[in-house]
Amino acid sequence: MRITQGAFSFLPDLTDEQVSKQVQYCLDNGWAVNLEFTNDPHPRNTYWEMWGHPMFDVADAAGVLYELKECRKVYGASHYIRLSAFDASHGWESVKLSFIVNRPQEEEAGFWLQRSEAEGRTIRYTTHSYATRKPGGERYT
Amino acid sequence: MSNAEAAEAAHEATETAVDLRAEYESSGVKAVLEELEHDLIGLAPVKKRIRETAALLLVDRARKRLGLAWQTPTLHMSFTGNPGTGKTTVALKMADLLHRLGYLRKGHLVSVTRDDLVGQYIGHTAPKTKEILKKAMGGVLFIDEAYYLYRPENERDYGQEAIEILLQVMENQRDDLVVILAGYAGRMERFFESNPGFRSRIAHHIDFPDYADDELFGIARHMLAEQNYSLTPTAQDALKEYIAARRRQPHFANARSIRNALDRARLRQANRLFESAAGPLDATALSAIDATDIRASRVFQGGLNPDRDAPA
Repeated sequence: MRITQGAFSFLPDLTDEQVSKQVQYCLDNGWAVNLEFTNDPHPRNTYWEMWGHPMFDVADAAGVLYELKECRKVYGASHYIRLSAFDASHGWESVKLSFIVNRPQEEEAGFWLQRSEAEGRTIRYTTHSYATRKPGGERYT
Repeated sequence: MSNAEAAEAAHEATETAVDLRAEYESSGVKAVLEELEHDLIGLAPVKKRIRETAALLLVDRARKRLGLAWQTPTLHMSFTGNPGTGKTTVALKMADLLHRLGYLRKGHLVSVTRDDLVGQYIGHTAPKTKEILKKAMGGVLFIDEAYYLYRPENERDYGQEAIEILLQVMENQRDDLVVILAGYAGRMERFFESNPGFRSRIAHHIDFPDYADDELFGIARHMLAEQNYSLTPTAQDALKEYIAARRRQPHFANARSIRNALDRARLRQANRLFESAAGPLDATALSAIDATDIRASRVFQGGLNPDRDAPA
């Protein structure tokens, strides 16, 4: 199951050229671009790991693409990589744009729905990612 | 792709001729070259080389538009010359020129030295160098005194690591980044000898000659005019003598020495006005530098005291 998180996720994956144009848009707005990666694709997992530092003083998208390629070399086969643009200006101080730029090569495993019976006739639902049944190093490989 | 480029691409199919002259003016290259001619005194061989480079790039671009065989030219350069001969200034202009010709997307200049590229412990160098390279992408990376990157006397020096990363990016990302190496001629020559990889990746070697006395004088007037100062006729003679005398003394750094001398002359002028002024001063008095302000320099008293660093 193809996961859909962040912007553009219902579109076909962006090519590097398209990514580069999005990044240039972010940089031209003065946003700091970050690269993050994870192998736990649960939508409520907000703790993705950062690749390097936020790129505050990069002027051109080529610098970000360079890091993205470096990150893909290491995590491209087994991890999701996303790119997020942080607006540090006063009053915003938040992420303005975030989208996935890399998916694991293995088919994305998807989620199962877990029901649990609670008091009375209440039923609680929770979702688990199939990927997270394996330990961190073995997912998507 | 910008609108202009898109229009260009659409136009491409029907285009059979290019008007170089019109191209020269519309691309803004003319403005940069004229600015160069106007702002920089002397440096005739440098200006000639830059004009040639601009012509080459302009023709290359025209060839591309007509669909002739074309590839991104190697634009990495090395600037050699003594201190204060305008290497950084010309690098700034070069960045602007390449940006207007469309070879650089941003056209900014990132000026670094060894300290910015080379780390202090194992594993520190690569991230540092990459950080700088990322910052410079889309513009020009200007490495001042580049030969310090290579220290043959210490085989475990981390400079070698920075050199390898630089070479790799210079080769693979020629569209994204132009590297300019700068330094004194002799030491740059030795640096290239021990790093053949650099020599072969650098297409343009530009040598900056020393300034002649009258050129330095022209530069001094230019600097003063920018700051709204003027020289009295006696001060002009004094400054000419100063330049001739300063050149024979140690640590002479061409235009930089002149700038420092002018800064000190302004200091003395302010002091003189402050101590001697009896009444209100007008703008002429405030901006006139007199012969006494220049003749007080230690250069006229037989030169620099070797124990003291800064000439006064």
